[in-house]
Amino acid sequence: MTDVLLAVGTMKGLVLARSTDRSAWELSDLTFPMNSVYAVAIDTRGATPRLLVSAHSEHWGPSVFHSDDLGKSWVEPDEAAIVFPADTGTALVRVWQIAASASEPDVVWAGSEPQGLFRSTDRGAHFEFVQSLWEHPHRPEWGAGFGGAAIHTVLPHPRDPQRIAVAMSTGGVYRSDDAGATWSASNNGVQVIFAPDRFPEFGQCVHKVARDPVDADRMFLQNHNGVYRSDDDGRTWNSIADPLPTDFGFAMVTHPRRGDVAYNFPIVDGGDRMPPDRACRVFRTEDAGASWTPLTDGLPQQDYYDIVLRDGMCTDDADPAGVYFGTRNGQVFASADEGQHWARVAEHLPSVLCVRAAVIG
Amino acid sequence: MARVVLPQALQGIAGGVRQLDVSGDTVGAMLDALAAEHPVLARRIRDEQGRLRRFVNLYVDGSDVRHCGGIDAAVAPDSEVLVIPSVAGG
Repeated sequence: MTDVLLAVGTMKGLVLARSTDRSAWELSDLTFPMNSVYAVAIDTRGATPRLLVSAHSEHWGPSVFHSDDLGKSWVEPDEAAIVFPADTGTALVRVWQIAASASEPDVVWAGSEPQGLFRSTDRGAHFEFVQSLWEHPHRPEWGAGFGGAAIHTVLPHPRDPQRIAVAMSTGGVYRSDDAGATWSASNNGVQVIFAPDRFPEFGQCVHKVARDPVDADRMFLQNHNGVYRSDDDGRTWNSIADPLPTDFGFAMVTHPRRGDVAYNFPIVDGGDRMPPDRACRVFRTEDAGASWTPLTDGLPQQDYYDIVLRDGMCTDDADPAGVYFGTRNGQVFASADEGQHWARVAEHLPSVLCVRAAVIG
Repeated sequence: MARVVLPQALQGIAGGVRQLDVSGDTVGAMLDALAAEHPVLARRIRDEQGRLRRFVNLYVDGSDVRHCGGIDAAVAPDSEVLVIPSVAGG
């Protein structure tokens, strides 16, 4: 029996769902009410799973909580988990990404708005500010997408702690090969559609990047118009958008074990932020983007206007892999068979910002 | 010491009380003293740079501190400081 935890971060709180068959789900009450939950992590590296939650209240500000009892109780340290240093003159708006490192047992990374990167060595109770990226000479020219000026993607290399990639809208992808001491813009081949120079060094509105589980140098990128793959750890990118119905979207997710497998939820365009053909379809590639297959069984195929945001899709680590997505209109769908069949887990939730799922027992 | 009156939303992280007696002759000094005893509560009121959060209002003896000196606004030993969330959200 596989015990799976699904965490759903919404605009007004967190919902946890448990299932032993990934078919029947038991949903918790909403926790962190009136807090937008932009990021969740389920850290299963230790003997006890740890949940990490980024909660942001419009009134009372941001915080990062953790739970070592699967959400029964939450810890908010007296010393804030994440703050900007005094000399930055900047205050944390919210945390957009929490990512446990597979190569360093207690290390957790976080990306924030404004564009801060933070590193924890105590599984996310406290984080240190990564000064080097903040001091990057490009930073004054990084912009704010509609969602905010944030590092929304943090991808530590699964085996090499020296290597890490981050992404932001707008700013693009940046890589470090020296554990975050120095950073390089890594957007070669990724276009912008909102400036005269279509291929600048940086400034791209990257929506999401996901790393291949087998070939860690391979990454998949959903851009603001454009879907790309890199085979050289982000140094160069090539389009894999042609087989998809559109090149716009937010989410990009890779399989937990199988190489070349990625999932995407296409949206018509920036000016038509609804799914093509007004159908709810997840697209999956099993050949690294050479072809994409629509996955529709169990998903609404008519008069569907809902979309998935950048962290609104995920996989679990079960076998076969589960795939999950939550929508702006508060629906959550799950597939227990790698996307072949889908069932609704929840509806009428607040707008879904992020989902994460993992086997916890 | 001034009496700080908390909204219901903050009473849980203040140990379940509605009001606290806090020393300090300015709003800033008072919030420093509050942070020493109740760091999480203080973070709800001001950010790590010491700025009042945008949608949190503080009234000292009925006056909005944003219009009378901000964190430098004077607080008397017998002052009443109200913490009131403004309207925000949807």
